[in-house]
Amino acid sequence: MTTDASIITIALTAILINNFIFSQFLGCCPFLGCSSKVDTAIGMGLAVTFVMGLASAICYIVDIYILVPLNLQFLETLAFILIIASLVQFVEMFLKKAIPSLYSALGIYLPLITTNCAVLGVVLLNVQYGFNFIQSTLYGVFGGLGFLVAIVLFASVRERIDHAEYPECFEGFPICLVSAALLALAFMGFSGMKIPL
Amino acid sequence: MNIKKQFKEGLITNNPVLVQLIGMCATMAITTTLFNGVGMGLSVLIILTCCNVVVAAIRKIIPNEIRLAIFVVVIAGFVTIVDLLLQAFVPALSEALGVFIPLIVVNCIIIGRAEAFCQKNTVAASFFDGIFQGLGYTVVLIIMCLIRELLGFGTIGGGLIDAAKGLTLDGTGSGIAVFGANYQGAMILTMPFGGFLTLGVLIAVMQYALKKSADKKAKKEAEK
Repeated sequence: MTTDASIITIALTAILINNFIFSQFLGCCPFLGCSSKVDTAIGMGLAVTFVMGLASAICYIVDIYILVPLNLQFLETLAFILIIASLVQFVEMFLKKAIPSLYSALGIYLPLITTNCAVLGVVLLNVQYGFNFIQSTLYGVFGGLGFLVAIVLFASVRERIDHAEYPECFEGFPICLVSAALLALAFMGFSGMKIPL
Repeated sequence: MNIKKQFKEGLITNNPVLVQLIGMCATMAITTTLFNGVGMGLSVLIILTCCNVVVAAIRKIIPNEIRLAIFVVVIAGFVTIVDLLLQAFVPALSEALGVFIPLIVVNCIIIGRAEAFCQKNTVAASFFDGIFQGLGYTVVLIIMCLIRELLGFGTIGGGLIDAAKGLTLDGTGSGIAVFGANYQGAMILTMPFGGFLTLGVLIAVMQYALKKSADKKAKKEAEK
């Protein structure tokens, strides 16, 4: 399953067909919270992609070499969330030292990634699907890219909404949800090309 | 902080989903049948209440710098307990909700209440806060399920109520057909599109209602 074909399968599935936001509802909070400007949306999307890829790789190693041999699979949720939390902390410190410009651009979004359910979601799904190391990492990275595509598209839509007229009671979140619904409708078009994982 | 006020806050004025706008991922994802909605709502209610009590009980001894890490460990512990119990006793629900049960760990409602409420309040107050906020969440899930299921499949109580057998817990109930067996159903509402749309409209209705009541209050005060 590590041939080129399967890489393309995973990429297409994670980015278009089973987009984390529009078909699995994972990561909706930052999707709705950090999408008022395209710039911040790109920053958030990139940070999430990075953490999702890294988390998938590390959690896979911990799961296969520590939890499974010790028969501790029931601790997966607990272990994974701790790994993600410390990973985010580590990435934050690393960026602060190494790439300060990126660090200040991401600002408060970095710590928020811990509670992004797309990150924990992708790790749990990797275990559920029984992916190997390379597949897990790829699914994490491409899932993150799917998130990036979704949030950037949505941020562009939202910049337009500011100039639109809509009923007063839809002010704020409701109009965003309705526009997200329309985007989800568009993404449903991709579900026609089902590729079995 | 009295119980009546907490009740009203949890269900209406400070409803976790409709007013605080948190915990929306699962709200939109699993509300396709009443079975899922009730199951998810009750799971969150139980986990939220347990976490609230524990966090309130240890609030004075946890160091401020690492409180979030401690909250997460407490939450993950209870989520694992509920996850395993569901797998053992209601496997149909565990299968239907899938990854969304372990994902309660990162549900903002629970960590949000721990941070905003339990840190500053007594165990008893936190206990009731957990129950009422959990109820508020469950009620929203049930409303979402009713709307989406009724229009999407033309049934009420899918999975939970069977037309022939009555109440079931194995998730096989067919629900009560409201529009007759020939109803085709607006399947679109049971898809992700319907999730976003239904929640958006619900929040809009809530904002409208809250604004109306605020206007009324202001008018009454002006008359005085």
